[in-house]
Amino acid sequence: MSETILSIRGLTKTYRGGTRALDSVDLDIRKGEIFALLGPNGAGKTTLIGAVCGLVRPTGGTITAFGQDLAKDWRRARARIGLVPQELATDMFETVWRAVAYSQGLFGKPSDPARLEEILKSLSLWDKKDAQIRALSGGMKRRVLIAKALAHEPELLFLDEPTAGVDVELRKDMWEQIGALKQRGVTIILTTHYIEEAEEMADRVGIIQRGRIRMVDEKRAMMERLGTTEAVIDLAAPLDAIPEALAGFALELSGGGTRLTYRGGNGQGKGRAQVAELTQVLTRAGIGFTSLDIHDSSLEDIFVGLLGKHEEAA
Amino acid sequence: MHFNLRSAYAIYRREMARAFRTAFQSILSPVLTTSLYFVVFGSVIGARMEPVGGVPYGAFIIPGLLMLTLLGETTSNASFGIYMPRFTGTIYELLSAPVGVAETLTGFVGAAATKGLILAAIILGTATFFVDYQIAHPLLAALYIMLVASSFALFGFILGIWADSFEKLGIIPMLILTPLTFLGGTFYSIRDLPAPWDAVALANPIAFLVSGLRYSFYGVSDVPIAVSLGLTLGFLTVCVIIISVIFRTGWRLRE
Repeated sequence: MSETILSIRGLTKTYRGGTRALDSVDLDIRKGEIFALLGPNGAGKTTLIGAVCGLVRPTGGTITAFGQDLAKDWRRARARIGLVPQELATDMFETVWRAVAYSQGLFGKPSDPARLEEILKSLSLWDKKDAQIRALSGGMKRRVLIAKALAHEPELLFLDEPTAGVDVELRKDMWEQIGALKQRGVTIILTTHYIEEAEEMADRVGIIQRGRIRMVDEKRAMMERLGTTEAVIDLAAPLDAIPEALAGFALELSGGGTRLTYRGGNGQGKGRAQVAELTQVLTRAGIGFTSLDIHDSSLEDIFVGLLGKHEEAA
Repeated sequence: MHFNLRSAYAIYRREMARAFRTAFQSILSPVLTTSLYFVVFGSVIGARMEPVGGVPYGAFIIPGLLMLTLLGETTSNASFGIYMPRFTGTIYELLSAPVGVAETLTGFVGAAATKGLILAAIILGTATFFVDYQIAHPLLAALYIMLVASSFALFGFILGIWADSFEKLGIIPMLILTPLTFLGGTFYSIRDLPAPWDAVALANPIAFLVSGLRYSFYGVSDVPIAVSLGLTLGFLTVCVIIISVIFRTGWRLRE
């Protein structure tokens, strides 16, 4: 198992007024991974990031980054952490170059124009380097924030909703940028509303709800463990009940006996195999069907299902 | 204690760049206003006034006018410098950086104080066009201006953290500092006030600052220079302590 770069234990944050944004959060982030933190609005994602980055004062718990206690060695740790905030917060009257150069200096790095040039070129911002930030598009502004966060070459980078409000093309472009950062060895923690984003990029996924981590797992393992297959079969003629021959399948009859719905399997293809078997049984039993629609559950389905389960339990 | 010079310099440079970007508002505007004071009170009215404490009236009002501009501008500059990042959300970067109170103050307050000094130099230069004057203790005057500029930059920094609206940001400089400076002997010597107003005037701390600066200019003052210096240093120390507490507790900075 790879080295733990960030370790959070019992992290709690109660805001004035009593809102508990984080409730005894335990979380370990491994070096070099992309970790996606998923959760509905108000789940505590931004508070968690804020607590690590120094924007929020935790009420309890400990945060260890690079083996250093953030409460004590915050200077050394923060010099190695970068943050891209959710809001497009930057000095709009500043030029791109000066804004990024400021970030480099603020984090204690010597002036390094070559490095800035490399960052701006990698984010397709080079030809905008002398433009005022206010003149840029929303997507470009978000890139500037990423450039600012990269200016001090962080080893751990937080991206809070990195593609919020960004069009599809640019979003894919951003995913490539994030992938390239990972290739360079940067550990990335991102929060997102786009589950597709986590599905595309993350190595591991954490689900947070009401300030509590509900689940942390490898994305692939989570999808295998919690994934299902759904098949909708429209029948040629209505059935009164599910025939005996189909008793071994997880089926539901609806639409006045004209629709069979299968839900079962796992995220490893078991469901699809069962659906194939089901169609053979249907044919052998002389039950005709006019259409078949198969759908494997996405990370989003798993996420929604998991949150719903916890909502019911609460 | 750890001090990151590069971080402090980055803040300082950005604040200075901001000032030059808004040069009309932060430099030309106060210079124009002060020049008008010199024209009206220094040249026109001053020519008909008796010397005060042996100093021609036009020259007498220079330290007071300088103090008036210095206090207002330095306070506003520093308060705006920290309030705007809070207002726009860009403060996230400062708070997430390996930067403590020392670097932050050196950057923000240093820049505000530098702007104050530049402003003072321009105003004194401008004054030579309207009034004849000579500075008796130039080194003391420079040091005193620096001390006052730093103190009120710190004060402005506190205001910028305290304020949660643009209205609050302007209240203290407009409703407290400017009136107190006017009443603090800018245009007159508080010794000339009839009793008990001469004693009442000494309840105004700005009177000590004006008096201190006037001493460095002409060697005459309403109160001993040591008292003025002591008061200014005391004010500076109190401001530093308050800001240290703010950073330690995260008041209005960290949630």
